[in-house]
Amino acid sequence: MTALPLVLTVFVACAVEAIEALTIVLAAGLTREWRSTFQGLAAALLVLAAIVAVLGPTITLLPLTALRLVVGALLAIFGLQWLRKAILRAAGYKALHDEASAYLREVAAAKAAPEVRRRGVSDWYAFTLSFKGVLLEGLEVVFIVITFGANQHNIGAAVIGAAAAVVVVTVTGIVVRAPLSRVPENALKFAVGIMLTSFGTFWGAEGAGVRWPGSDAALLVLVPVVAAVSLGYAAWLRRAHRISAVAGRSEPRTAWSETEGVTG
Amino acid sequence: MMRALKSFGAFWYDFVIGDDWQVAAIVVVALAVTALLVHAAGVNAWWLLPLAAFAALAWSLHRATAGKS
Repeated sequence: MTALPLVLTVFVACAVEAIEALTIVLAAGLTREWRSTFQGLAAALLVLAAIVAVLGPTITLLPLTALRLVVGALLAIFGLQWLRKAILRAAGYKALHDEASAYLREVAAAKAAPEVRRRGVSDWYAFTLSFKGVLLEGLEVVFIVITFGANQHNIGAAVIGAAAAVVVVTVTGIVVRAPLSRVPENALKFAVGIMLTSFGTFWGAEGAGVRWPGSDAALLVLVPVVAAVSLGYAAWLRRAHRISAVAGRSEPRTAWSETEGVTG
Repeated sequence: MMRALKSFGAFWYDFVIGDDWQVAAIVVVALAVTALLVHAAGVNAWWLLPLAAFAALAWSLHRATAGKS
Protein backbone atom coordinates (compact mmCIF):
# COMPACT_ATOMS: atom_id res chain seq x y z
CA MET A 1 0.00 0.00 0.00
CA THR A 2 1.47 3.34 -1.02
CA ALA A 3 1.08 6.46 1.09
CA LEU A 4 -1.71 8.03 -1.01
CA PRO A 5 -4.50 5.48 -0.29
CA LEU A 6 -3.46 5.57 3.39
CA VAL A 7 -3.65 9.40 3.49
CA LEU A 8 -6.99 9.45 1.63
CA THR A 9 -8.59 6.74 3.81
CA VAL A 10 -7.51 8.47 7.02
CA PHE A 11 -8.57 11.86 5.60
CA VAL A 12 -12.17 10.76 4.88
CA ALA A 13 -12.54 8.87 8.17
CA CYS A 14 -11.19 11.79 10.20
CA ALA A 15 -13.24 14.37 8.26
CA VAL A 16 -16.45 12.66 9.42
CA GLU A 17 -15.31 12.82 13.06
CA ALA A 18 -14.11 16.43 12.68
CA ILE A 19 -17.51 17.49 11.30
CA GLU A 20 -19.24 16.04 14.38
CA ALA A 21 -16.75 17.72 16.73
CA LEU A 22 -17.18 21.04 14.89
CA THR A 23 -20.96 20.90 15.41
CA ILE A 24 -20.47 20.59 19.19
CA VAL A 25 -17.78 23.29 19.39
CA LEU A 26 -19.92 25.71 17.36
CA ALA A 27 -22.94 25.03 19.57
CA ALA A 28 -20.87 25.72 22.71
CA GLY A 29 -19.03 28.76 21.32
CA LEU A 30 -21.88 30.58 19.59
CA THR A 31 -24.45 29.91 22.34
CA ARG A 32 -22.32 30.22 25.48
CA GLU A 33 -18.89 31.87 25.23
CA TRP A 34 -15.81 31.26 23.11
CA ARG A 35 -13.11 31.54 25.79
CA SER A 36 -14.35 28.56 27.84
CA THR A 37 -15.12 26.66 24.63
CA PHE A 38 -11.53 27.09 23.41
CA GLN A 39 -10.22 26.10 26.85
CA GLY A 40 -12.24 22.86 26.60
CA LEU A 41 -10.99 22.32 23.05
CA ALA A 42 -7.36 22.88 24.08
CA ALA A 43 -7.69 20.54 27.10
CA ALA A 44 -9.13 17.78 24.89
CA LEU A 45 -6.35 18.24 22.31
CA LEU A 46 -3.75 17.96 25.11
CA VAL A 47 -5.29 14.67 26.34
CA LEU A 48 -5.41 13.34 22.77
CA ALA A 49 -1.78 14.34 22.16
CA ALA A 50 -0.76 12.51 25.36
CA ILE A 51 -2.62 9.38 24.23
CA VAL A 52 -0.87 9.49 20.82
CA ALA A 53 2.50 10.10 22.50
CA VAL A 54 2.04 7.05 24.75
CA LEU A 55 0.23 4.66 22.41
CA GLY A 56 1.96 5.55 19.13
CA PRO A 57 5.51 4.42 20.01
CA THR A 58 4.22 1.52 22.17
CA ILE A 59 2.09 -0.01 19.44
CA THR A 60 4.90 0.14 16.88
CA LEU A 61 7.07 -1.96 19.22
CA LEU A 62 4.71 -4.94 18.83
CA PRO A 63 5.74 -7.67 16.36
CA LEU A 64 4.02 -7.06 13.00
CA THR A 65 2.02 -10.32 13.11
CA ALA A 66 0.59 -9.62 16.56
CA LEU A 67 -0.06 -5.99 15.60
CA ARG A 68 -1.97 -7.01 12.47
CA LEU A 69 -4.01 -9.62 14.36
CA VAL A 70 -5.09 -7.21 17.13
CA VAL A 71 -5.45 -4.11 14.99
CA GLY A 72 -7.16 -6.06 12.20
CA ALA A 73 -9.72 -7.46 14.64
CA LEU A 74 -10.39 -4.01 16.13
CA LEU A 75 -10.68 -2.35 12.71
CA ALA A 76 -13.00 -5.07 11.38
CA ILE A 77 -15.26 -4.76 14.46
CA PHE A 78 -15.16 -0.96 14.22
CA GLY A 79 -15.82 -1.00 10.46
CA LEU A 80 -18.74 -3.43 10.77
CA GLN A 81 -20.28 -1.11 13.40
CA TRP A 82 -20.03 1.83 11.00
CA LEU A 83 -21.43 -0.22 8.13
CA ARG A 84 -24.31 -1.51 10.27
CA LYS A 85 -25.37 2.03 11.20
CA ALA A 86 -24.87 3.38 7.66
CA ILE A 87 -26.92 0.53 6.14
CA LEU A 88 -29.74 0.97 8.69
CA ARG A 89 -29.78 4.70 7.87
CA ALA A 90 -29.65 4.15 4.10
CA ALA A 91 -32.53 1.65 4.36
CA GLY A 92 -34.67 4.01 6.41
CA TYR A 93 -34.56 2.09 9.70
CA LYS A 94 -32.62 4.86 11.42
CA ALA A 95 -32.93 8.59 10.81
CA LEU A 96 -30.08 10.07 8.76
CA HIS A 97 -27.55 11.83 10.98
CA ASP A 98 -28.41 15.47 10.49
CA GLU A 99 -25.77 17.98 11.68
CA ALA A 100 -28.30 20.85 11.53
CA SER A 101 -30.72 19.12 13.93
CA ALA A 102 -27.84 17.85 16.11
CA TYR A 103 -26.65 21.48 16.32
CA LEU A 104 -30.12 22.73 17.28
CA ARG A 105 -30.38 20.10 20.05
CA GLU A 106 -26.97 21.11 21.46
CA VAL A 107 -27.90 24.81 21.25
CA ALA A 108 -31.19 24.24 23.10
CA ALA A 109 -29.41 22.31 25.86
CA ALA A 110 -26.65 24.95 26.06
CA LYS A 111 -29.16 27.80 26.39
CA ALA A 112 -31.00 26.02 29.20
CA ALA A 113 -27.88 25.25 31.28
CA PRO A 114 -26.91 27.70 34.07
CA GLU A 115 -23.58 29.58 33.91
CA VAL A 116 -21.23 28.20 36.57
CA ARG A 117 -17.62 29.29 37.20
CA ARG A 118 -15.31 26.46 38.25
CA ARG A 119 -11.55 25.77 38.40
CA GLY A 120 -10.66 29.06 36.70
CA VAL A 121 -13.08 28.45 33.82
CA SER A 122 -15.72 31.16 33.48
CA ASP A 123 -18.36 28.90 31.88
CA TRP A 124 -18.00 25.28 33.00
CA TYR A 125 -20.84 24.06 30.74
CA ALA A 126 -19.19 25.42 27.56
CA PHE A 127 -15.83 23.98 28.69
CA THR A 128 -17.15 20.46 29.36
CA LEU A 129 -19.36 20.40 26.24
CA SER A 130 -16.41 21.34 24.05
CA PHE A 131 -13.97 19.06 25.94
CA LYS A 132 -16.19 15.96 25.77
CA GLY A 133 -17.16 16.50 22.14
CA VAL A 134 -13.61 16.96 20.91
CA LEU A 135 -12.23 14.16 23.12
CA LEU A 136 -14.82 11.58 22.05
CA GLU A 137 -14.63 12.33 18.33
CA GLY A 138 -10.85 12.80 18.61
CA LEU A 139 -10.40 9.34 20.15
CA GLU A 140 -11.81 7.80 16.98
CA VAL A 141 -9.36 9.91 14.93
CA VAL A 142 -6.49 8.74 17.16
CA PHE A 143 -7.59 5.12 16.84
CA ILE A 144 -7.71 5.35 13.03
CA VAL A 145 -4.37 7.19 12.78
CA ILE A 146 -2.52 4.79 15.06
CA THR A 147 -3.98 1.56 13.62
CA PHE A 148 -3.58 2.51 9.96
CA GLY A 149 -0.25 4.25 10.49
CA ALA A 150 1.30 1.48 12.59
CA ASN A 151 0.17 -1.27 10.24
CA GLN A 152 1.72 0.49 7.27
CA HIS A 153 4.78 1.61 9.26
CA ASN A 154 3.86 5.12 8.19
CA ILE A 155 2.29 6.99 11.10
CA GLY A 156 3.53 10.23 9.49
CA ALA A 157 1.31 9.74 6.42
CA ALA A 158 -1.68 8.87 8.63
CA VAL A 159 -1.08 12.01 10.73
CA ILE A 160 -0.94 14.10 7.52
CA GLY A 161 -4.31 12.66 6.40
CA ALA A 162 -5.90 13.34 9.81
CA ALA A 163 -4.40 16.83 10.15
CA ALA A 164 -5.54 17.77 6.63
CA ALA A 165 -9.09 16.62 7.46
CA VAL A 166 -9.18 18.63 10.69
CA VAL A 167 -7.77 21.75 8.96
CA VAL A 168 -10.19 21.52 6.00
CA VAL A 169 -13.22 21.01 8.28
CA THR A 170 -12.11 23.75 10.73
CA VAL A 171 -11.45 26.32 7.97
CA THR A 172 -14.77 25.50 6.31
CA GLY A 173 -16.51 25.82 9.69
CA ILE A 174 -14.87 29.22 10.32
CA VAL A 175 -15.91 30.43 6.85
CA VAL A 176 -19.55 29.34 7.04
CA ARG A 177 -19.88 29.71 10.86
CA ALA A 178 -22.49 26.93 10.86
CA PRO A 179 -22.60 23.14 11.10
CA LEU A 180 -21.63 21.42 7.86
CA SER A 181 -25.10 20.00 7.20
CA ARG A 182 -24.68 19.76 3.43
CA VAL A 183 -21.93 17.17 3.69
CA PRO A 184 -23.35 13.75 2.69
CA GLU A 185 -22.38 12.30 6.06
CA ASN A 186 -24.05 8.91 5.71
CA ALA A 187 -22.39 8.31 2.34
CA LEU A 188 -19.01 9.21 3.90
CA LYS A 189 -19.67 6.90 6.84
CA PHE A 190 -20.66 4.14 4.44
CA ALA A 191 -17.37 4.60 2.56
CA VAL A 192 -15.34 4.67 5.78
CA GLY A 193 -17.12 1.55 7.06
CA ILE A 194 -16.21 -0.25 3.83
CA MET A 195 -12.54 0.78 4.10
CA LEU A 196 -12.23 -0.08 7.82
CA THR A 197 -13.90 -3.46 7.32
CA SER A 198 -11.78 -4.29 4.26
CA PHE A 199 -8.45 -3.30 5.83
CA GLY A 200 -9.40 -4.90 9.15
CA THR A 201 -10.29 -8.16 7.45
CA PHE A 202 -7.12 -8.08 5.36
CA TRP A 203 -4.74 -7.32 8.24
CA GLY A 204 -6.57 -9.53 10.74
CA ALA A 205 -6.38 -12.57 8.46
CA GLU A 206 -2.71 -11.84 7.73
CA GLY A 207 -2.08 -11.66 11.47
CA ALA A 208 -3.76 -15.07 11.85
CA GLY A 209 -1.22 -16.48 9.37
CA VAL A 210 -3.11 -16.28 6.06
CA ARG A 211 -1.30 -15.56 2.80
CA TRP A 212 -3.70 -13.58 0.61
CA PRO A 213 -3.85 -14.59 -3.07
CA GLY A 214 -2.06 -11.78 -4.93
CA SER A 215 -0.62 -10.39 -1.67
CA ASP A 216 -1.49 -6.66 -1.23
CA ALA A 217 -3.35 -6.68 -4.57
CA ALA A 218 -6.07 -8.74 -2.82
CA LEU A 219 -7.24 -5.44 -1.31
CA LEU A 220 -8.17 -4.27 -4.81
CA VAL A 221 -10.71 -7.12 -4.87
CA LEU A 222 -11.67 -7.09 -1.19
CA VAL A 223 -12.71 -3.41 -1.06
CA PRO A 224 -15.16 -3.63 -4.03
CA VAL A 225 -16.55 -6.94 -2.73
CA VAL A 226 -17.21 -5.45 0.74
CA ALA A 227 -18.79 -2.42 -0.98
CA ALA A 228 -20.98 -4.58 -3.23
CA VAL A 229 -22.18 -6.80 -0.37
CA SER A 230 -22.93 -3.78 1.84
CA LEU A 231 -24.81 -1.96 -0.91
CA GLY A 232 -26.69 -5.20 -1.59
CA TYR A 233 -27.72 -5.44 2.07
CA ALA A 234 -28.83 -1.78 2.03
CA ALA A 235 -30.91 -2.30 -1.15
CA TRP A 236 -32.46 -5.49 0.24
CA LEU A 237 -33.38 -3.82 3.56
CA ARG A 238 -34.70 -0.69 1.83
CA ARG A 239 -37.00 -2.85 -0.28
CA ALA A 240 -38.15 -4.87 2.75
CA HIS A 241 -38.75 -1.65 4.69
CA ARG A 242 -40.79 -0.14 1.86
CA ILE A 243 -42.90 -3.28 1.41
CA SER A 244 -43.67 -3.60 5.12
CA ALA A 245 -44.34 0.15 5.40
CA VAL A 246 -46.95 -0.11 2.61
CA ALA A 247 -48.45 -3.23 4.18
CA GLY A 248 -48.54 -1.70 7.65
CA ARG A 249 -49.92 1.72 6.77
CA SER A 250 -53.30 0.89 8.27
CA GLU A 251 -51.69 -0.58 11.41
CA PRO A 252 -50.68 1.51 14.45
CA ARG A 253 -47.01 2.59 14.65
CA THR A 254 -44.69 0.36 16.67
CA ALA A 255 -43.04 1.63 19.82
CA TRP A 256 -39.67 1.22 18.08
CA SER A 257 -40.52 3.53 15.21
CA GLU A 258 -41.28 6.28 17.69
CA THR A 259 -38.13 5.91 19.78
CA GLU A 260 -35.12 3.97 18.50
CA GLY A 261 -35.82 4.76 14.87
CA VAL A 262 -35.17 8.44 15.25
CA THR A 263 -31.97 8.31 17.27
CA GLY A 264 -28.57 9.11 15.80
CA MET B 1 -14.28 5.25 42.58
CA MET B 2 -16.34 2.20 41.49
CA ARG B 3 -18.69 4.50 39.56
CA ALA B 4 -15.76 6.06 37.73
CA LEU B 5 -14.34 2.63 36.89
CA LYS B 6 -17.74 1.44 35.69
CA SER B 7 -18.25 4.45 33.43
CA PHE B 8 -14.66 4.10 32.14
CA GLY B 9 -15.34 0.45 31.29
CA ALA B 10 -18.72 1.29 29.75
CA PHE B 11 -17.11 3.95 27.57
CA TRP B 12 -14.48 1.57 26.18
CA TYR B 13 -17.05 -1.20 25.73
CA ASP B 14 -19.24 1.16 23.73
CA PHE B 15 -16.23 2.52 21.81
CA VAL B 16 -14.80 -0.86 20.78
CA ILE B 17 -17.75 -3.30 20.85
CA GLY B 18 -20.55 -0.87 19.99
CA ASP B 19 -24.23 -1.66 19.54
CA ASP B 20 -23.95 -5.39 18.87
CA TRP B 21 -21.47 -7.52 20.83
CA GLN B 22 -22.27 -10.55 18.66
CA VAL B 23 -20.52 -8.91 15.69
CA ALA B 24 -17.34 -8.59 17.75
CA ALA B 25 -17.70 -12.18 18.99
CA ILE B 26 -18.10 -13.55 15.45
CA VAL B 27 -15.01 -11.64 14.24
CA VAL B 28 -12.88 -12.90 17.16
CA VAL B 29 -14.06 -16.51 16.74
CA ALA B 30 -13.48 -16.36 12.97
CA LEU B 31 -9.94 -15.09 13.54
CA ALA B 32 -9.25 -17.89 16.03
CA VAL B 33 -10.60 -20.54 13.62
CA THR B 34 -8.55 -19.01 10.76
CA ALA B 35 -5.38 -19.22 12.88
CA LEU B 36 -6.21 -22.84 13.78
CA LEU B 37 -6.83 -23.81 10.15
CA VAL B 38 -3.59 -22.15 9.02
CA HIS B 39 -1.28 -23.35 11.78
CA ALA B 40 -2.83 -26.71 12.79
CA ALA B 41 -4.37 -27.96 9.54
CA GLY B 42 -2.18 -26.20 7.00
CA VAL B 43 -5.21 -24.65 5.22
CA ASN B 44 -4.67 -21.15 3.83
CA ALA B 45 -8.15 -20.01 4.94
CA TRP B 46 -8.05 -16.47 3.51
CA TRP B 47 -11.74 -16.70 2.64
CA LEU B 48 -13.00 -17.39 6.18
CA LEU B 49 -12.77 -13.91 7.74
CA PRO B 50 -14.50 -12.05 4.87
CA LEU B 51 -17.32 -14.63 4.87
CA ALA B 52 -17.63 -14.35 8.66
CA ALA B 53 -17.73 -10.53 8.41
CA PHE B 54 -20.53 -10.64 5.81
CA ALA B 55 -22.45 -13.19 7.90
CA ALA B 56 -21.98 -11.12 11.08
CA LEU B 57 -23.25 -7.99 9.32
CA ALA B 58 -26.27 -9.81 7.86
CA TRP B 59 -27.09 -11.37 11.25
CA SER B 60 -26.77 -8.05 13.05
CA LEU B 61 -28.94 -6.24 10.46
CA HIS B 62 -31.54 -8.98 10.66
CA ARG B 63 -31.70 -8.70 14.45
CA ALA B 64 -31.87 -4.89 14.30
CA THR B 65 -34.73 -4.84 11.81
CA ALA B 66 -36.79 -7.96 12.59
CA GLY B 67 -40.37 -6.83 13.25
CA LYS B 68 -39.38 -3.17 13.22
CA SER B 69 -40.56 -1.89 9.85
